[in-house]
Amino acid sequence: MDSVNNSDYILEMRNITKEFPGVKALDNVNFKVKRGEIHCLVGENGAGKSTLMKILSGVYPYGSYNGEIILNGQVQKFQSIQDSEKAGIAIIYQELALVPEMTVYENIYLGHEIKNGINIDWNETILQSKKMLEKVRLNINPEMKVKYLGVGKMQLIEIAKAFSKDVKLLILDEPTAALNDDDAENLLNLLIELKKEGITSIMVSHKLKEVIQVADTVTVLRDGKTICSLDAHKEEVSEPVLIKNMVGREIADVFPKRKVKNIGDTIFEVRNLNAIDQTTSKHILKDVNIYARKGEVVGIAGLMGAGRTELAYSIFGNPKGYKVSGEIYVEGKLMNFKTPYDAIKAGVAYVTEDRKGEGLILIQDVKENTTLANLRAIARSGVIDENKEITVADEYRKTLNIKTPSIEQKVQNLSGGNQQKVSLAKWLFTMPKVLILDEPTRGIDVGAKFEIYNIINDLVSQGMCIIMISSELPEILGMSDRIYIMSQGKITGELPIEEANQDKIMEYATI
Amino acid sequence: MFFSDLKKMLKENIRDYGMFIALFAIIIGFSILTDGVFISPRNISNLINSVGYIAVLAVGMTLIIVIRHIDLSVGYLAGFAGAIVAILLTRYNMSIFVAIPIVLVLGIVVGLFNGFLVGKVGVPAFVVSLAGMMIFRGALLQVTNQTGTIIIKNQTFNNIGNGFIPDFPFINIEGIHVVTLVIGILGICLYIISEFRNRNKKLNYNFEVPSMPIFTLKLVLVSAMIGYITWILARYNGLSWTVVIVLIVTALYNYLTNKTVLGRHIYAVGGNPEAAALSGINVKNITYFVFASMSMLSALSGILYTSRLQSATTTAGMGFELDAIAAAYVGGVSAAGGVGKVTGSIIGALVMASLSNGMNLMGVGISYQYIIRGAILILAVVFDVVTRNRNS
Repeated sequence: MDSVNNSDYILEMRNITKEFPGVKALDNVNFKVKRGEIHCLVGENGAGKSTLMKILSGVYPYGSYNGEIILNGQVQKFQSIQDSEKAGIAIIYQELALVPEMTVYENIYLGHEIKNGINIDWNETILQSKKMLEKVRLNINPEMKVKYLGVGKMQLIEIAKAFSKDVKLLILDEPTAALNDDDAENLLNLLIELKKEGITSIMVSHKLKEVIQVADTVTVLRDGKTICSLDAHKEEVSEPVLIKNMVGREIADVFPKRKVKNIGDTIFEVRNLNAIDQTTSKHILKDVNIYARKGEVVGIAGLMGAGRTELAYSIFGNPKGYKVSGEIYVEGKLMNFKTPYDAIKAGVAYVTEDRKGEGLILIQDVKENTTLANLRAIARSGVIDENKEITVADEYRKTLNIKTPSIEQKVQNLSGGNQQKVSLAKWLFTMPKVLILDEPTRGIDVGAKFEIYNIINDLVSQGMCIIMISSELPEILGMSDRIYIMSQGKITGELPIEEANQDKIMEYATI
Repeated sequence: MFFSDLKKMLKENIRDYGMFIALFAIIIGFSILTDGVFISPRNISNLINSVGYIAVLAVGMTLIIVIRHIDLSVGYLAGFAGAIVAILLTRYNMSIFVAIPIVLVLGIVVGLFNGFLVGKVGVPAFVVSLAGMMIFRGALLQVTNQTGTIIIKNQTFNNIGNGFIPDFPFINIEGIHVVTLVIGILGICLYIISEFRNRNKKLNYNFEVPSMPIFTLKLVLVSAMIGYITWILARYNGLSWTVVIVLIVTALYNYLTNKTVLGRHIYAVGGNPEAAALSGINVKNITYFVFASMSMLSALSGILYTSRLQSATTTAGMGFELDAIAAAYVGGVSAAGGVGKVTGSIIGALVMASLSNGMNLMGVGISYQYIIRGAILILAVVFDVVTRNRNS
């Protein structure tokens, strides 16, 4: 029988397939974790790591996927996170789930309070919390409010919370992404010590150095499939090996060639840009220096959380209220962008990554969205010229081939690709010199992608300067003239397209 | 063909037309239930004039709710502003042409301060305006402390809330107010012309327009409604100054919201504040403007109310804010922000006022009136939420 043969496996996920409308996120994935090991799960953005972990933790309930989960030899049918917790699985996400205004002990036992009859037994809670904190080597007063602790300690409290639920399998999703080097090192050491005490953990990580440091087994996912599972004690697990497995695919010929390549003078430059997120005091950009030329597509690659979108915000008038320092030059002139409006006026446009949340006004129509960022151009003394507005919107509908029954259609009724084109139309109508595109083809179908690539080529051929942030390496390689790679808020590499390939980019991105 | 068109149009625009249909049903219902007393010239004139001070509040409240805020202070601010105007007129013998602008500016200043607290400091509008509500209630009591009710003898001022526009001096038709009739006919002509121009423009751009029979039906119905109301008013004393003021405020705000950059920015902020900010819109300035406009309209509301009563009382303004908010919600303003027309809120105010008026005529007890109006408010919002969900 299986369960007898595989008794050294604490977890087996067999033939897991998960589909979202239009996308196969996981395709027959097999994932086995041995009892008492540290198992790392790596892969590019969108490879399916998070989806797999969400299935394991019951976020996607049984029945919404195909395949089976076997934990300790028993088939599991999790309907919710509560079910997986009951079975001894605890998942710790990048975004910490602690209540800042509550004390450490309240947080640790939140949701499974220790009761004495119908009352909470606070004394017992505090006593037990101390034990849990000892387990994670955290020497703090459990009566402190969580908000006074740093991110590193909060991470440990999350783990303590997992222990309080009698965890058998600990899952950490990018645990060190938000930590400084010392805290990260501390956490990794803790994992190794916990392993000695018999705790099995799964770590999802982008940082290959850390993976190599702690992993007993590494599983690589790519495009929703299991590529390999390497035993660190028997096989070679090195950065080149992992990178090769993570990216190893050919770039399909989906990127239209640009007919005219005419790269001109530097039109945009950023010098020594630093940014600090004031709510978390995290240094999100460190000494960023980049430049871009007329008629050039500059790609910015990097893994999730590398600081690419934060870079765009910091350039574009800082709408998130970071503490930003550094210099921005447009056409050689030093700029001082206090608001997005200043940036727009100077000829910088930013097509956001989050189309629905930050790009479009979904309840308004195509016409109104198209003109929103430059209404003054179609108004006289503050009164909108409706004929002009219709003409403008209709022109963009035609040139960008926006498929809509009418420009009076609400954008919430359009497909993702067409919504993205409306976003583009809005920013093109501000007549930018520098266009920043953040994940320009995320969540849109292949046909629309191709159209967007053609639009990008047309724009740079006409002399626009485009900075393209993308998590899709083939897209970065297929469209850019020059590539910057970011990691942890820093520019870690710059490659002309001739020298760039997936392995090199991945190497810089995982520094 | 005609009926399927009609059905389709009603289905697609049910939220826009729903309130008109409801108002129509209420008018007909009460007219039957009260043997025609409801629809009598005297009652209709009285009804429309009595809704004025709530209507202007509802216009301002529309914009406040569109940008996802709320203002509870408008009632007592109106009461306070009314008391100030009464003091300026009686104690300082000011001309109304000085006193009224002073009070309107006072409103703007208060509104800018509210806007500052909400938009810049980041205090929730509910709290800011709740505090404002208490403060202005106290301020109203304080200024009317020694005198109690302040009686206003200035006839020009009292005319604002009670007087009617003058008739032609030379043309006299027994029992008919000719100027009102002329204004009504002009209004109908303007309406028809603008509808045709709109339609032609849309046709030019190949936009979808309602079929000709449907379009005609709409023109005929709306014209008939305006015509009938004009006729009723003309047979009484004609248009009141209150109605003229409400019409001007509505027209101005309708223009502002539909035709101007500022109006578009307000709806953008309401529809998606993050996207609006990233599109270069200064969300703070929009907040200042909307709160300032609200408080100015509160002051205007106070002027209308004080003039109507010909006096400033110690409890003036009590509960106005709730009537205005209810009018806006009944008129189709969405609590989720970004959606709502000022004309809708005016209709909403009329619906609520018609309910009270009709129930008064029928002799329904005040306790039942509150319950029924509350039920109508919930019904209207449920209708709004359900149709919105179905559409998306």
